Amino acid sequence: MTPIYLDNNATTACDPAVVAAMLPFFTEHYGNASSIHSFGAQVGHALKEARGRVQRLLGAAHDSEIVFTSCGTESDSTAILSALKAYPERRAIITTVVEHPAILTLCDQLEKEGVVVHRLRVDRRGRIDLDEYQALLSERVAIVSAMWANNETGTLFPVEEMAEMAHQRGILFHTDAVQAVGKLPIDLKTTRIDMLSCSGHKLHAPKGIGVLYVRRNTRFRPLLRGGHQERGRRAGTENSAAIVGLGVACELAQQHLETESTTLKRLRDRLERGILARVGNAFVNGDTLYRLPNTASIAFEFVEGEGILLLLNQQGIAASSGSACTSGSLEPSHVMRAMGIPYTAAHGTIRFSLSRYNTEDEVERVIAALPPIIAQLRSLSPYWQGDAPAAGPGLSFEPAYA
Amino acid sequence: MWDYSEKVREHFFNPRNAGPLAGANGVGDVGSIRCGDALRLMLRVDPETEIIEAAHFQTFGCGSAIASSSALTEIIKRKTLDEALKVSNQDIADYLDGLPPEKMHCSVMGREALQAAVANYRGEVWRDEHEEGDLVCKCFAIDAAMIERTIRDNRLQTMSDVTNYTKAGGGCSACHEKIEDILIAVNGRLPPAEPQRQIAKTAPAAAPVKPRLSNYQRIRKIEETLEALRPALQRDHGDVTLVEVDGKRIFVALSGACQGCQMEAATIGGIQQKLVEVLGELVQVLPAAALARD
Ligand SMILES: Cc1ncc(COP(=O)(O)O)c(C=O)c1O
Repeated sequence: MTPIYLDNNATTACDPAVVAAMLPFFTEHYGNASSIHSFGAQVGHALKEARGRVQRLLGAAHDSEIVFTSCGTESDSTAILSALKAYPERRAIITTVVEHPAILTLCDQLEKEGVVVHRLRVDRRGRIDLDEYQALLSERVAIVSAMWANNETGTLFPVEEMAEMAHQRGILFHTDAVQAVGKLPIDLKTTRIDMLSCSGHKLHAPKGIGVLYVRRNTRFRPLLRGGHQERGRRAGTENSAAIVGLGVACELAQQHLETESTTLKRLRDRLERGILARVGNAFVNGDTLYRLPNTASIAFEFVEGEGILLLLNQQGIAASSGSACTSGSLEPSHVMRAMGIPYTAAHGTIRFSLSRYNTEDEVERVIAALPPIIAQLRSLSPYWQGDAPAAGPGLSFEPAYA
Repeated sequence: MWDYSEKVREHFFNPRNAGPLAGANGVGDVGSIRCGDALRLMLRVDPETEIIEAAHFQTFGCGSAIASSSALTEIIKRKTLDEALKVSNQDIADYLDGLPPEKMHCSVMGREALQAAVANYRGEVWRDEHEEGDLVCKCFAIDAAMIERTIRDNRLQTMSDVTNYTKAGGGCSACHEKIEDILIAVNGRLPPAEPQRQIAKTAPAAAPVKPRLSNYQRIRKIEETLEALRPALQRDHGDVTLVEVDGKRIFVALSGACQGCQMEAATIGGIQQKLVEVLGELVQVLPAAALARD
């Protein structure tokens, strides 16, 4: 039984072409790009080529707007801390309640240090209220940071519009596009987005490489100071192999961009419909009209996600509950809580995230595997009776809660 | 994924005694909104002998919550109610060859369901006194609510106070920032600088400098120390008594809520720390049950 990997929002397989392009940079091309000799020059050329490929995928006006970092998290931290340093008189940030911990945990810490953090709330579908956002835009705000696509539900925020609104008030706009890059067409030069984060391992490049796009003329203060790498905006000898790999991955992503919104979306929709047709008391989370083409977040009421994952895993199917980061804790995901999903459903939410490597056969296998798993767990659940939720006087389950 | 033991996996994949129980005469429903687990335990008790003839469960929870429920029903089957009530969280965890620290609350829930079911059988009302916070110390499975309460009750000031009283932070030390945040939140100020840490080797070496205590003085000191710790334990509805002193081994009996609670090991650890400080020698504090086993 070949395993089925449907956890591509957590991380992706490195494309074999990416691996092949990287290998020489561990062997013969080991030079330091900063060196004058030919060892360094070879690497320098390769980095320039990779930078151009990233630039094209992001639709950036200049390749010098691409700054390589070590991961999406570093890009996020760099963007926000840079804005606070560059505008010391502005002590507020606007973000949203559903950001990745890479943003939220940083904001929690900044709040302790005296920064005012406004967190935009979301509705039941994970959408923000642009009027609430407009009202928060003031000269006290150093930066707005809103994710392009949510890692748990795939829901998109209207970041281009939000960036325009921030720009009109003279406020920097950053977007965590870690889940969006490679899945959606992006053309930064036609937007007002000042900074954008992305991460290699979400688009079939290796782990440990990220990008921060910094629009030309954006006031910027580096996180790491030292050598002149990345034009002094991110010191530290370049991770040349990973950068080359990311370049190739970006080129491949560009070639497959069309497929994402056609073939992949069709597979995802087939998976969702197939499951919902066979399993009752289940629903799709997020904004189904405006979301990533690869992500399906499905809540199975009255069962708990971990049990589902263990039973799926037994059949070689890999998915996740909530985000990879929160699945290590006991709390229901902060995204589900923010959307007001009842906790008996939030705990039973499974995220299936596809990639261009998934096939129709795999999707059919998952559709067939799920119904018995949910039925088995529901037969163990005190919230369930026979083939329906336990209800009625004396039947409904209302435990004494701690 | 969690590092579950074979036994946990086995009980998850093949749960024993799952589903409704016909003729149940004691039912306990408990849950924790926080971790999203909920459990219904159903008992069929013989009114003559008070022996549990059958125990079934229904659980909404993670893999280890289901496995813990299954284990609990196996453990208590054919026990009398009084015997069953002696089953501790640790017994449930041990039966499963251990649980990850993040998942110890699953065994706590099992014990609470048991208390609730017995209360229900006896026509009593059971109230959940147990509160749970975010897990802070992963090495010893200690949560924020526990740390906060202990800091407040004992007016703890420093990181090492917290470790001495709760064990939290005594392992890998990755949680020290979180513990300091709790100290700041409770005390309203930064924890004072820690006294210079002693290097392990120097501690026992320093001990002989102290005048040797007579046996009588020593036991008096032990009793005084326990006396000083007692109010904190009583606030948690528990108590401690000295049972036996056998050289370097000091046996104590924990009672009330302390007995068998998730924190029993931590409580004993805290007592030991305190006694080592007061006596200036390395002693081992053991539960009285260990004495019986000798
Ligand atoms: C939306 C989002 N932001 C940031 C990150 C962090 O990226 P990295 O793992 O490269 O630090 C992730 C990855 O899970 C993500 O999904």
